[in-house]
Amino acid sequence: MSRIGVFICHCGENIGRTVDCERVAQTAGELPGVAHSVDYKYMCSDPGQALIKQAIQEMRLDGVVVGACSPHMHEKTFRRAAAAAGLNPFLCEMANLREHCSWIHEDRERATRKAIDLTRFIVEKVKFNRPLSTILIPVERRALVIGAGIAGIQAALDIADGGREVVLVEKEPSIGGHMSQLSETFPTLDCSQCILTPRMVEVAQHPRIKLLTYSEVESVEGYIGNFQVKIRKKARSVDETRCNGCGECLKNCPNKKIPSEFDQGLGLRTAIYVPFPQAVPNIPVIDRTNCALFRGRAKGVKKVVCGKCAEVCGRKAIDYDQQDSFVTENVGAIVVATGYELYSIGKEQESQALRGYGEYGYGTIPDVIDGLQFERLASASGPTGGKILRPSDRREPRTVVFLQCIGSRDPAKGIEYCSKICCMYVAKHAMLFHHKVHGGKAVVFYMDIRAGGKGYDEFVRRAIEESRALYLRGRVSRMYRNGETIRVHGFDTLSGEPVVIDADMVVLATAMRAQPGIASLAQKLSVSYDQHGFLNEAHPKLRPVETNTAGVFVAGACQAPRDIPDSVAMASAAASKVLGLFSKELLEREPLIARVDRATCTGCFQCERVCPYGAIERKPLKDAKGRLIRMVAEVNQGVCQGCGTCQATCPSKSVELEGFTDEQIYAAINAL
Amino acid sequence: MKIGYFPGCSLHATAREFDESLRLVAAALDIELDEVQDWACCGATSAHATNHALGIALPARTLALAQRQKLDRVLCPCAACYNRLATARHALAHDKKTAAQVQSILGLAFDNSVGVVSIAEMLSGVTAEIRKQTRVPLTDVKVACYYGCLLVRPPDVCGFEDAEVPSSLESIVSATGAAPVKWSMALECCGGGFSLSRTASVVRLGRLILRAARDAGAQIIVVACPMCHSNLDFRQRAMLERGGLNQPMPVLFLSELVGLSLGLDPDRLGLRRHFVSPQPLLDRISASKAMPERREQA
Repeated sequence: MSRIGVFICHCGENIGRTVDCERVAQTAGELPGVAHSVDYKYMCSDPGQALIKQAIQEMRLDGVVVGACSPHMHEKTFRRAAAAAGLNPFLCEMANLREHCSWIHEDRERATRKAIDLTRFIVEKVKFNRPLSTILIPVERRALVIGAGIAGIQAALDIADGGREVVLVEKEPSIGGHMSQLSETFPTLDCSQCILTPRMVEVAQHPRIKLLTYSEVESVEGYIGNFQVKIRKKARSVDETRCNGCGECLKNCPNKKIPSEFDQGLGLRTAIYVPFPQAVPNIPVIDRTNCALFRGRAKGVKKVVCGKCAEVCGRKAIDYDQQDSFVTENVGAIVVATGYELYSIGKEQESQALRGYGEYGYGTIPDVIDGLQFERLASASGPTGGKILRPSDRREPRTVVFLQCIGSRDPAKGIEYCSKICCMYVAKHAMLFHHKVHGGKAVVFYMDIRAGGKGYDEFVRRAIEESRALYLRGRVSRMYRNGETIRVHGFDTLSGEPVVIDADMVVLATAMRAQPGIASLAQKLSVSYDQHGFLNEAHPKLRPVETNTAGVFVAGACQAPRDIPDSVAMASAAASKVLGLFSKELLEREPLIARVDRATCTGCFQCERVCPYGAIERKPLKDAKGRLIRMVAEVNQGVCQGCGTCQATCPSKSVELEGFTDEQIYAAINAL
Repeated sequence: MKIGYFPGCSLHATAREFDESLRLVAAALDIELDEVQDWACCGATSAHATNHALGIALPARTLALAQRQKLDRVLCPCAACYNRLATARHALAHDKKTAAQVQSILGLAFDNSVGVVSIAEMLSGVTAEIRKQTRVPLTDVKVACYYGCLLVRPPDVCGFEDAEVPSSLESIVSATGAAPVKWSMALECCGGGFSLSRTASVVRLGRLILRAARDAGAQIIVVACPMCHSNLDFRQRAMLERGGLNQPMPVLFLSELVGLSLGLDPDRLGLRRHFVSPQPLLDRISASKAMPERREQA
């Protein structure tokens, strides 16, 4: 006969309000095999846990059922308490009386009856629980960081400074991300490049950081502690070991009329280029779609059309025949920091769900620009040297209209979330405009001003009070060219009046969206993402930088719209999680995984086909003399996530999922 | 192609030329218009402004009659009628309470299966046919396509094309060989039903539209709504009295323009019924028409 202890938690009012906890404890106490049953206000608290420990020792309990919240919340807590009292932690289970009962029901009587059922269900299951011990797996104590914007840079530096090696992969020719494009940063107006570029240099010079730029993750295999990552190094057409970054090739490239990605199309670059002068590494790359030589090759022209860069390169670093190459890195943890892109708000959209803003004329009226383009105009390193000039005629605009929430918070246009940073950067733009164009008028159309953050609201007030930006609460219905100016038709909802403004330039604060390639990367990493492509964290409050795949962490705007302070904080958090993981040579993990009975396994490998994690391995079964009998399935302990698909599939019933054996499940069902 | 036809009151009165030209164009394009028998008022303005149930029930009755006539779609040339019928169809599909109420008012078998089509939607579906049948290419005629407020909005109800940057009229006008201009007032309000009660407002709004069309280089305005037509055509003399506008601008129904390109007789298309004479346009066309005819004879 079992000696099970039942502990019913009131969770303050959360369970106690709709469930008669006392009665649940009393009824559970009468179940066969239950030796002890009590209820308590907060079972997870110190005195609550003491109750459990004391009962285990005094009543010699051989199983514990805690009727409280979801096991996601506190299973670890109670198992730790059980272990402290000398009981195998896997003999302790939880009945979910909160999420599965009190929170979703109103009728107290019926909810109480359901709580009793749920408790009995788990009691019967626990009777068949077996003591299990945690699994130890070796950890490769190196990390991979994907994306080298501010979040990736921060995470890489923190991990490397913590004493562990980092492989930092960036798909662009230079690290720095969007932050390197910004002029000044809110709320302190310090120059973005001034705070970023030293960190970029630090990354490049760090002895424990291996930097792979112009590279992308090709495939990921393995599991926490033991990932094998294949990385594609795209052909730069420049030998990184020879190039010393002198820049002669850039000066001599005949094709100088390519819109610069770094300047958001407002400036021009050459076909062989470095994205910006402070790029890290300062090694050019040939843009093969625009290079005359490669275009000639693509057309099948026999003659070498151009070769200027190779001619002038004193170091013989130009290599027109370079191919993509692959490297494989073994790492124990992965930090994803792929960042964001801006909503391209032209009329044509790649997705049916997005509508675009044809009525704003972006892409047809040159002086309607987006926020990042304004950053480039305001930046000292930008195409205008930091002077605010209109793209159309390079004249200084006197009136600039800023529109917030373009795309964001507008389900009709396909994006219902708030992009978080726009209120702040629009205030910053209004200030920068005021500083640079004396007597200029900034008008801001907003829906709400969301300036939560240290010094944030004060910053917006400064834009309004000191920089005299005119803030109008309302939306703009449309804009069109009116001679030299852009006529902006809006509505001021506070005065209830339509507003018509003739602006010289219009800046659209367009929504932040996940990077376009994020879905395929997420699939490689088995990380889930929401309908907008933002990666899902394991828990929105308590596990914000972990993902549902162990060993994969997120940082920055790939998870949700984030500003710089948030991205950096997340990156440091992810780095500390990685360092925590790397603090031991062996990794402990829960033993709730599948096991194959070699004696009955017929080797049909149905399990191999259905396993979503690739955890099934083929192993030979040999007799005493070492002769092969047959091949059988074996579960890789590191990879198995305990989903149970193999258990349900196995035709010979040779797979059992520890903690959820058929015996346990049937016993529990029979109790209902 | 056969399609139900709901002319509405305007096409029997102030916009007779819309009806006449549309019937001729439809015949030329081999589209059979099957008029809904015993149709009644669409409920525009008066009914839906005073009684929601009546505003839905009146157009629903027409749709029910169309269903009885085994029509799968009804063409509503008048933008106001189109909007009322489309609104009723949308409300009956999304608002169960109204649907039940209207069902009891109707007393007719009705399952809301009849589609509602505007003239913009119908003709933009047959642009290839228009191109093929064009006898008189309206080359170099610069046209401001004016949608007004009811043809494409609200987006949930109409849903045929982008409610902010529509392009159906432009595609039809292009098919006739004419050149649609880029302009900024295509979706503005013409003043609608205030033509009689607040004439000054209608004149002021119309003047803005005319000026924008002229500044964009348009020679004519094309509309698909009797109300827009009457405001811009009938009130144009008042608009021209002030505001520096001196050149009158002909306002044509979409079907009239298409009819001209198909080589139909301007008189039969009803072009003599306009207050602003389209004669300068007709002269241009007949001048250019002379060329291909001569070539044909040769």
